[in-house]
Amino acid sequence: MDVLYLLIPLSLVLVFLFGTLFWWTLHSGQFDDLVGPAYRILLDDDSPATEEADIAFDLKSKVNRDEI
Amino acid sequence: MEAQTTYNYKVVRQFAIMTVVWGIVGMLVGVYIASLLVWPDMTHIPYLSFGRLRPLHTNAVIFAFGGSGLFATSYYVVQRTCQVRLFSDKLAAFTFWGWQLAIVLDAIALPMGYTASHEYAEMVWPIALVILVVWVAYAIVFFGTIVKRKTPHIYVANWFFAAYILTVAVLHIVNHLSVPVSLFSLKAYPIFGGAQDAMVQWWYGHNAVGFFLTAGFLGMMYYFIPKQAGRPIYSYRLSVVHFWALIFVYMWAGPHHLEYTALPDWAQSLGMVFSLILLAPSWGGMINGIMTLSGAWHKLRTDPILKFMVTALSFYGMSTFEGPMMAIKTVNALSHYTYWVIGHVHSGALGWVAFITIGSLYYLIPRLYGKTEMYSQRLITVHFWVSTIGVVLYISSMWIAGVMQGIMWRATNPDGTLTYSFAEAVKALHPFNVIRLAGGLLFFLGMLIMAYNVWKTIAGQKAAIAPIPAVAPAHA
Repeated sequence: MDVLYLLIPLSLVLVFLFGTLFWWTLHSGQFDDLVGPAYRILLDDDSPATEEADIAFDLKSKVNRDEI
Repeated sequence: MEAQTTYNYKVVRQFAIMTVVWGIVGMLVGVYIASLLVWPDMTHIPYLSFGRLRPLHTNAVIFAFGGSGLFATSYYVVQRTCQVRLFSDKLAAFTFWGWQLAIVLDAIALPMGYTASHEYAEMVWPIALVILVVWVAYAIVFFGTIVKRKTPHIYVANWFFAAYILTVAVLHIVNHLSVPVSLFSLKAYPIFGGAQDAMVQWWYGHNAVGFFLTAGFLGMMYYFIPKQAGRPIYSYRLSVVHFWALIFVYMWAGPHHLEYTALPDWAQSLGMVFSLILLAPSWGGMINGIMTLSGAWHKLRTDPILKFMVTALSFYGMSTFEGPMMAIKTVNALSHYTYWVIGHVHSGALGWVAFITIGSLYYLIPRLYGKTEMYSQRLITVHFWVSTIGVVLYISSMWIAGVMQGIMWRATNPDGTLTYSFAEAVKALHPFNVIRLAGGLLFFLGMLIMAYNVWKTIAGQKAAIAPIPAVAPAHA
């Protein structure tokens, strides 16, 4: 079963990669807030753009440009 | 730049529509081969034989239907949660056309008898190369979008999509390592042989189940269930635990496909143990999804899209309980090679994968065409019940048939001879093959209802243009 000498190290490399990613997420503040993100996707309004929404968007982007 | 103020919905629309189309094609082929099991003498045309069309069915439903669904939803979710347009429109369009090309080539090669003969990796080497190139482009688009995100946090659904994209690339490459006979031959020999090849095949095969059919669709689940229910996921903390636990322990469940074979005994036991461990994260995720409706259960009574999604989770829970149980060696001695395995696969593939995809598409498609909802809510309800009855008929007939088969195979007379010949066990399957065909037909009928509903929703509609909302200053 020589192939296990490929598969096991390959799995270990992947686990190490996932471990590194996990370590990065821990220290980059990804898990600092474990409540907010769940609500944030609900705040994103992806209902289809009606005319009023388009106007609101235009106004908002104007405001933003002004701020800049 | 004008284009940077809107989301790229075009590629999402293309993949979403093709998901419905390939769902119909793949399930039609499934219904056809199920009828071949009922009437084996129906045809003797080689292009329409069971052996050639069975891989076409699996490839079409997994990679064409499921794959297109994953492309559509991952592109939508990554844009909406990162609040940026896709990394590259051109590369995204390339993934769409490339993926469709690979599917069409595969659908021509398989009936002609060209196969790499690895289960769920039957595409011959040139098609496998096309898939590899498309997949690399997919990874660039997805991870590129994550990198240029405007929100500091990466939503958990994106983690599931990321793990699926990354791992499927590795799996695909390793299982397709082969040497073509010549540059102009579709025949290639895998570089591993015998039990080694079997080990690689099922290391691939089960991780394809784990990362393609599970992690990818969990990404869908973690976005579309909260959105459709209008409620945050029950526990965001649990979803993060679910993700990391699942990807850390999944990799070594594969050997449970090779119990009582030439694989070393310790490797078989290792596969069994890892499969059992998987029950914990799987059920954690299932409970997390279902409990999202806690306090709003009444929505299930009226909302057919939520019905699809929550039933999907119930099937996810059932399959992820059934799977570890079937991996236990004593159970496997009965279940292996029987129809029970087919029942288990379809409980996951129809009940979980197809249901969560269908639910997500019903959420997605009206939004992509500037409408608030599908043409007919009633037809969604009809679709739900038709396909639910279809799944139940399918899997319960396969369970009964499988256990019966296993018991017949192992029955011995007092003198030690076998009680039943193999053909007697085959004959006993007939009524269950008929029920299976009926279940499959119902599920296929449901997809036709969906196609009609989608057509009525989008016909004559202008494609929606979705502006990217101006982001508030980052606050962690």
